[in-house]
Amino acid sequence: MEVPRANQTHAGPVYKPRSGGRRISGPIRAVQDSGHVCHTSHRYFLLETETNGGGSGAGGLGCEILKNLAMSKFKDIHVIDMDTIDISNLNRQFLFRKSDVGKFKAEVAAKFVEQRVKGVKITAHNKRIQDFDDEFYKQFQLVICGLDSIEARRWINAMLVSIAEESEDPDGVKPLIDGGTEGFKGQARVIFPSFTSCIECQLDMHAPRAAVPLCTIASIPRQPEHCVEWAHVIAWEQEKPFPKLDKDDPEHVTWIYQKALKRAEEFNIPGITYSLTQGTIKNIIPAIASTNAIIAAACCNEAFKIATTTATCLGFENNYMMYSGNDSIYTYTFKHEKKEDCPVCGREARPLDVDPNMTLQDLLDSFAVRPEAQLKKPSIRAEGKTLYMQVPQSLEEQTRPNLNKSLKDLGLENGQEVVVTDPAFPLEFNFFFRFKAESS
Amino acid sequence: MTEELEQTTLIPQGPSDKEKKYDRQLRLWAASGQAALESANLLLINSGAGTVGIETLKNLVLPGIGKFTIADGAVVQDVDLGVNFFLDESCLGKSRAQCCTELLLELNPEVDGVWNSTVTDATSLQELLNAPETFTMIMYSHPLQPGMLEAIEAYGRQHRTPLIAIHSVGFYSYFRITLPGTFPTVDTHPDQTATTDLRLLSPWPELSEFANEMTKDIDNLDHHDHGHIPMVVILLYYLDIWKKEHGGAYPTSYGEKTEFRQLISKATRRDNPEGGEENFDEAFAAVMQHVTLPSVPSSLKQVFDYEHKDEQDSKSSFWIIAEALKQFYTENQRLPVAGGLPDMKAQSSVYIKLQNIYKDKARQDVNDVLSRVRKISGGENIDLEEVELFCKNARFVKLINNTGEAPPSMEQIIERELSNDEIAAIAGPEMPTSLIPIYLALSVPSQSSVASADEIVTAVCQKAPALEGNERLTQVAQELARAAGGELHNISAVTGGMVAQEVIKIITNQYVPIDNTCVFDGIESRCQVLRL
Repeated sequence: MEVPRANQTHAGPVYKPRSGGRRISGPIRAVQDSGHVCHTSHRYFLLETETNGGGSGAGGLGCEILKNLAMSKFKDIHVIDMDTIDISNLNRQFLFRKSDVGKFKAEVAAKFVEQRVKGVKITAHNKRIQDFDDEFYKQFQLVICGLDSIEARRWINAMLVSIAEESEDPDGVKPLIDGGTEGFKGQARVIFPSFTSCIECQLDMHAPRAAVPLCTIASIPRQPEHCVEWAHVIAWEQEKPFPKLDKDDPEHVTWIYQKALKRAEEFNIPGITYSLTQGTIKNIIPAIASTNAIIAAACCNEAFKIATTTATCLGFENNYMMYSGNDSIYTYTFKHEKKEDCPVCGREARPLDVDPNMTLQDLLDSFAVRPEAQLKKPSIRAEGKTLYMQVPQSLEEQTRPNLNKSLKDLGLENGQEVVVTDPAFPLEFNFFFRFKAESS
Repeated sequence: MTEELEQTTLIPQGPSDKEKKYDRQLRLWAASGQAALESANLLLINSGAGTVGIETLKNLVLPGIGKFTIADGAVVQDVDLGVNFFLDESCLGKSRAQCCTELLLELNPEVDGVWNSTVTDATSLQELLNAPETFTMIMYSHPLQPGMLEAIEAYGRQHRTPLIAIHSVGFYSYFRITLPGTFPTVDTHPDQTATTDLRLLSPWPELSEFANEMTKDIDNLDHHDHGHIPMVVILLYYLDIWKKEHGGAYPTSYGEKTEFRQLISKATRRDNPEGGEENFDEAFAAVMQHVTLPSVPSSLKQVFDYEHKDEQDSKSSFWIIAEALKQFYTENQRLPVAGGLPDMKAQSSVYIKLQNIYKDKARQDVNDVLSRVRKISGGENIDLEEVELFCKNARFVKLINNTGEAPPSMEQIIERELSNDEIAAIAGPEMPTSLIPIYLALSVPSQSSVASADEIVTAVCQKAPALEGNERLTQVAQELARAAGGELHNISAVTGGMVAQEVIKIITNQYVPIDNTCVFDGIESRCQVLRL
């Protein structure tokens, strides 16, 4: 496969795509616009973004991205989002009004931008990104993500890497542009799947937050958050005040808040508020319009450069831009190196340091917390041998006895290659065991 | 049964609709920041392609700025629709100020907005500025008509109004903030990890007593109790031992700290069922960062050494508290205790006791500073909360636009930037080069928005001869020439986001604004902040 390259030159005509310039991939047809100075028009550009998933502050990115793409003259855009509009979205998701609360985000956003900007076609999908298969994603030239979770990012990344790897020609390489924000900070990155460092290569930059040990929550709370977690996990389980916890239902949150308050009083712990309760159980990340504007536009600027070849895009050299506005303004734009042993885009199996005496269950549990794996429902097999499968049920039952056996007892050896799969990811992870020297 | 009844009749006492709407931002700047935003009155003097200013306002209307005014004499043309999202086909031929105001107001019913379409030159701008209304801040986008800049700057000086100049052309932009004087910030929101202030090398009697009491029989404690000694107490105990063995000296050098860490490691019990102790691991990990002598950071030294040129300035509550804090420091040779205690493995009651020891000390220190504040003229009415926040954040207080220091001349700045570039060239391609050529090229008199690359280079070199033959300048000039004064929507959107962040930081007086110019390069996707 030929390596696609962005055009590296600087000068050129007034933001009009060059007829002779090398393009990022074949079918991107840049059609000269007759209208406004400084703008190009593109036909057959299909974009995918998700405006939100609730709970983590990416929501605003989607609205901004749609606006920016339409204003950059992308003509054919698809947007995927299964979420509905919540009142707390209105401080930044500017395509929504109070009367839109409860409606589908994708639908409302698409309609708004289509009405405002002449000539753009936006197709809304009120679904999850995981509801679509590779045939669906193959029709796009570029994917922009304003996702709220690392799981969703890893899924789309794995999907695009596998499309790129199976493809015979450069059209299969769909540039992936990803943005994220938290408070006054954010990042934008560009990935050329299977050629440059991918989201999985960069996974260690999103190490999971250290969880509070259950014993702290259960018996020795010290922080208000410990009391909230106790009410959320333990008290709720015991008392089941409502059939199913809805973290957006003020009645449910109030129940947890009051339980937490009682427990905090018992232990003399100050600082429980409704806002803290909600923030803790929903893992709320602060989000503001201005940061979303910066990151979304930085992402769309890269999409514009890739599509028009009017200037060098991020990707092959520098591929990652970090932004912080907390203390003055600071950007750090750098090259994140591709990992040859990346489980998604690498070509080598990765070493997995394990104790041969650990049980298979311990090994599987460890996948959830290892920064390089972060798999929550792993199934595992070795060459010619199924060790443990989560589904189907019959296989699960059949392989369950293996969970209590040690790796050694299962006949696994130092250097053994294993394949791990997880329903959250459309690919396989290849590892080989590196046994720790026996301690005793 | 009764319990069930209680639960179902429980009235949710959740947040108000407004608190819900602003929840994600209140978590950043709290109710005080929100109140400041809601009482702000902004003026945007819009000109040129006119998108960057509107994108900025969008990011301020959404979080609920009080009021804005758009002054713009332009009439909407076809070309505006291609770059400005807050216009549509029905706007053609109408006032741009009016149409943008109306579409921006749709975003947030709580915001007030007005427009002025008569501002076409310096005279009509002067009329607007002469009106009785005072603005909290003025933003203006280049290119301005002749005489307008002078009128804006005169207003800024007279009313002590912060000004922000914005310019976005093609893939480049910059914005520059002019503040009326030295701008101090107390509520800088430092990183959580930086705020821990344990005073392990200068414990006060209550803290020492608490540690001694817990550790007097440390070797005979059972595994459970030993495994729950808070790491602060562990460190205090072994620091005492260290001191006795080292003639009263604390471990201060890297080597000594490494050695001290070994002491902690050796004291960790491993014959317990867990095969180790979390609290001792925490103590081990805290040595390098927290076993340190407290020092006064340079940003606070600047505050202590500040010489007032403006009599009025020195009477603000910031400077009165700063003076009291300086007295406190001079007398005690330490800063007030911040009062926070990070989470650590411990029994609940023990942790709470320890937390209160830190809080009590912080409270005593605040009271000491407060009593000094009260003795300073003008300090009689300063709130306790203000003194509390100042003491808690003392190490992170910051001055922006320090008028006490003369800024370097443009010539010196260019020389410094060029020599940095030479170093960068030797260091390798990953070292970013200066963005000052972008600022200079964009600052070429605005009338020449259709200037050729050569004309831009010539104009820059007239002002900055040091850039003669500079390759980067040539590239920048070519890029600007091909943009022909036009805005790219994405670049204006990035810039509008950055300007809005700065406006919020200045109005809320939280976080730290730039000092004073930010240049953005949309080709390399990076910024540089310069004090010009």
